[in-house]
Amino acid sequence: MANMAQAIRMALHYAEENLGVTDIFGEDVGPPLGGVFTVTQGLKTTWNSPLDERGIIGVAMGIAMAGGRPVAEIQFCDYVYNTIDLLKLAGNTCWSTHGDWNLPMVVKTPVGSGIRGSIYHSHSFDATMTHIPGWKVVIPSNPLDAYGLMISACREQDPVMYLEPKALLRIKGEERIPGEPDDDRLLSKMIDAPLGDRSKWKAQWPELQAYEVPIGKGKIVRPGSQVTVVSYGRTLPLCAKAAETLAAEGIDAEVIDLRSLWPYDWEMIRASVEKTGKVLYVNEDTEVTNFGEHLIRRTVDELFYHLNAAPKLLAGKFLPGIGLADTLEMASVPQLGDILDAIRKLAAEQP
Amino acid sequence: MSRPALVEKPERAPLDRELLVRMHDLMVEARVLEERLIQMYKAGHGFFWIGGPGEEAFNVSLGLLMKKGQGPAFDYLHAHYRQSATLLALGEEPIGALRQMKNTATDPYSGGRNFAGHFSKRSWNIAPASSPIEVQYAVAPGTALVQKRHGGDGITIVTGGDAGTAEGDFASCLVWSSRPANPLPILIIVTNNKWGISTASDGQHGEKHVADRGKAFGMRTKTIDGNDPETAYLELKEAIAYVRKERKPFLLEANVSRLYGHSSASGANFVTDEVDCLKVMEERLEQRGIMTRAQMDAVRTRWTEAIAEMARQAREEPLPAPETIWNHIYSERK
Ligand SMILES: Cc1ncc(C[n+]2csc(CCOP(=O)(O)OP(=O)(O)O)c2C)c(N)n1
Repeated sequence: MANMAQAIRMALHYAEENLGVTDIFGEDVGPPLGGVFTVTQGLKTTWNSPLDERGIIGVAMGIAMAGGRPVAEIQFCDYVYNTIDLLKLAGNTCWSTHGDWNLPMVVKTPVGSGIRGSIYHSHSFDATMTHIPGWKVVIPSNPLDAYGLMISACREQDPVMYLEPKALLRIKGEERIPGEPDDDRLLSKMIDAPLGDRSKWKAQWPELQAYEVPIGKGKIVRPGSQVTVVSYGRTLPLCAKAAETLAAEGIDAEVIDLRSLWPYDWEMIRASVEKTGKVLYVNEDTEVTNFGEHLIRRTVDELFYHLNAAPKLLAGKFLPGIGLADTLEMASVPQLGDILDAIRKLAAEQP
Repeated sequence: MSRPALVEKPERAPLDRELLVRMHDLMVEARVLEERLIQMYKAGHGFFWIGGPGEEAFNVSLGLLMKKGQGPAFDYLHAHYRQSATLLALGEEPIGALRQMKNTATDPYSGGRNFAGHFSKRSWNIAPASSPIEVQYAVAPGTALVQKRHGGDGITIVTGGDAGTAEGDFASCLVWSSRPANPLPILIIVTNNKWGISTASDGQHGEKHVADRGKAFGMRTKTIDGNDPETAYLELKEAIAYVRKERKPFLLEANVSRLYGHSSASGANFVTDEVDCLKVMEERLEQRGIMTRAQMDAVRTRWTEAIAEMARQAREEPLPAPETIWNHIYSERK
């Protein structure tokens, strides 16, 4: 099975061929590197940009204005912060012009911890990005969703922020991408750039098929009856694993992969919480004004009389950064043990 | 003994009568429009005024020289908030600006959402003007890039003030427009009025001319007198022709005046110590016997009456309904 980096690459190839994507660009996105996480290797519309994040977002907006369909990359979301007012501008262009202009553009950027990236390669961006109206925001947790979400993003008429959990980019999927060959080594030979001289190399693309994960739709990863766990990105597989582990202890947790942060699948959350009466939101961004806090507010507002326990948030500590040492990273953002503890505690709570 | 030959720049041919008369008419229209907008603001028919009185010679010329239309075959304009004269020269009706001042539902640029002078008109490639200074310089290379790839002779034009060039987006524009991998057909304009809001440029900017910054990028550059209508027209014509044909960037700095201060925030009162390009134009027309004082006064009266009538109409129109705040967050154009 493809890993997430390969899955996104294949989706981008599909989008170049079928969805009118004209420019896939950013720092080191074009040859020879094809992206620091190899996500853009072998694609035909890639090019290397100056090392200028504001320029990257601005030019993506301009390309979209002139009828192109760009996919721009910010190399690490840690470096997107100097573009915030341009992200705001992209998000308000349609509204400010009363619908005169719209910007069909995708910005993708690796997010989160998990590769021992220290202070400036471990940031999350979901809390900040969900503060910027006018965008759609997605974050996959497995290769097939990564493929389907990128295809959906490239069909949108408005800006989409595509967050790539960097800890998951190298993880292989459990479900086949439509068109991907059975043999992983063959896939790698076809679409991974070789080491050494790549100047003559060309990707050989499998016959990929359309597959969409609709923006705004979550997924029940594991059905359960006692506790709802809502997560996305790096912490989602940990939540799924925790639920499996806890099943043996007699705790039956339902796990929802939100997949889209804006718009998000409130109906899925609502139905689940009405059933379980208990909900834990899990993500790794810093916990103060965290997206999960919004979800808790809405849970309290709309589902109060269905609740058997206070809704909980397990998120990253409110720290200026994630320290490099293993001990520091582990203590800063939710790990499997933290999630197990949080679910156990919530499941045991009595009104 | 032979003396070195005097290398004299040939005097440029003056613009022909019809063009000058047309430019004058547009300059008066733009001036009267801005003065009406200021009056509306002062009478409580708007919350804020900002605009371009003092830049008409340059901005009218720009509008007359643009290739108007939609899509990459035509010129894109990424303007700031002092560009009304360019819009009028392109053929825009002044009532739109009045509606935006009054923030009516009929405001064609923002539906009552944005300040005066914040134009947007996709059908003519007029990118939306927005308040954050200089962002348009980061966006403009994107449209130019598509135009380069598209072929044809459409170009991108970006405008803004001198103080804003201290922002990184101006440097971004210079870098992205002149990448050796793909130089772009973009006319980068700076209208230099020597002020930020209240901060004089000479205390903040060590470069002799803003335009000199383009030289480091191998760009053609020029600093011109934007208050002289003929100079402005001819220099713009030359710069635009270069960008259209060569598909390369040009950095043009135009020295202009700011005749009503920065905006309503600084009072919006007429200043008498700066060159008034409309006066320069009128003196020239009179000197050359192209128009008489009486004829020029008649032009002003005509526009004053027409625009006053439009302002009356705009004042009668309803504000946007509160529930419309939810419209257009996303595109309905699928
Ligand atoms: C990024 C940003 N910073 C500050 C402001 C507030 N502001 C509005 S206009 C202005 C001065 C702009 O001067 P200049 O670029 O020379 O243009 P001018 O208005 O003189 O034409 C300032 C500081 C703003 N709108 N955007």
